[in-house]
Amino acid sequence: MIKTDAVIIGAGPVGLFAVHQLGIKGLKSEVIDNLDKAGGQCIELYPDKPIYDIPAVPECSGRSLTDNLLSQIKPFGSNIHLNERVQEISKKKGLWIIKTNLNKTFETPNIIIAGGVGSFEPRKLPLKELEKFENKSVFYSVNNKNLFKGKKISIFGGGDTALDWALEFSKNSKVTLIHRRDEFRGAPHTLAELKKLKKDGKILIKTPFQIKSVNNGRDLQEIEIKSDDDKIEKIPTDIIFGFFGLIMQLGPIAKWGLNMNKKTIEVNTENFQTNKSGIFAIGDICNYPGKLKLILSGFHEAALASVECFKRARPNEKYRFQFTTSSKEIQDRLGVKK
Amino acid sequence: MAKINYIDHSGNKIEINVENGLTVMEGAVQNNVPGIDADCGGSMACATCHVYVEDSWLNKLPEPEDAEKDMIDMAYEPKKNSRLSCQIIVSDEINGLTVTTPEKQT
Repeated sequence: MIKTDAVIIGAGPVGLFAVHQLGIKGLKSEVIDNLDKAGGQCIELYPDKPIYDIPAVPECSGRSLTDNLLSQIKPFGSNIHLNERVQEISKKKGLWIIKTNLNKTFETPNIIIAGGVGSFEPRKLPLKELEKFENKSVFYSVNNKNLFKGKKISIFGGGDTALDWALEFSKNSKVTLIHRRDEFRGAPHTLAELKKLKKDGKILIKTPFQIKSVNNGRDLQEIEIKSDDDKIEKIPTDIIFGFFGLIMQLGPIAKWGLNMNKKTIEVNTENFQTNKSGIFAIGDICNYPGKLKLILSGFHEAALASVECFKRARPNEKYRFQFTTSSKEIQDRLGVKK
Repeated sequence: MAKINYIDHSGNKIEINVENGLTVMEGAVQNNVPGIDADCGGSMACATCHVYVEDSWLNKLPEPEDAEKDMIDMAYEPKKNSRLSCQIIVSDEINGLTVTTPEKQT
């Protein structure tokens, strides 16, 4: 059991800045995120796209914003628990108990949900019959490529991931690459390699096709694909891979009894607390009149939420507002050397 | 101002007057039109504002950028007339545009 002043769900920019705002007030925090790296949407969706509306930063990328935030919160030594999802919460003697899918537990007076639009999960193929084959012959990621040697593999998708794996699997397996349009999106050398493999008959490419159906029965043997003009083809298939990127799913948070508005959580704008005391929501996931889904709004929300977190974590201490420019106490916490 | 017709998967039609300069996605979200999620808020990062544009309108809209086409690859059941509604900007020229939302967005 990890005891801490606040547990932050989501290691996106707003969650990371919450570590800072808690940290300068002397509060310890732990961060949990489902992804394998910190940065949230900034790192997963647009690591290299420029952002132009961070105050005093004329231009930065999602990646550099994340890196800078990580270095800004380094002095506070918060643990970031990656590849882990919060599964359930419960209340015990005024404290929140948090359990993750890896059975880690936390005890804390404050939960800050900075979950963006939820946790990232792979997008799936739009065919109900595929569910029963999932993780047996239908996959949305590759854990161990050696398991697929010598198989008949059908890969769906037209982006980098689909192309990279098509090239890789073509070394030892019979690969069909199926995409809904003729154009593929990938690095120039990948596209050139694909063209070559197609010419040499090492990869079969089917465009513009989408999945239509699969065979009945216990084992996957054959799929049917359909083109835009309703042409149907059968492809013998042992293994299907779908590479359609990630989608954000709210997941277990929806079941915590919080006041929800569509996929967002209602908060008050004084301290960004939800209808449950000690549970806060900040960043894209919170909702209040006039809410803007901007990183800078999330930073403001983190600052205000951290004040209430202090009051809850240190009920016997008086909260004093201090500036980083002048507070010796804050500078000590930041490890500033004078 | 343009009249935009939103038709859901089961054929229910909602007609909304949307101000010029807003997107077809914003017209839906601000008026609680179901079927358009717009999780990313219009930054072309999620494909959950995916719509099918009525064929007669398809050529009257500006061509989608590459980034939009790439994102539509990720959408649920994309078709030839798929667009992201966050990338269709409302103007007098598209008065009467009809879009249909897919069965689901993810």
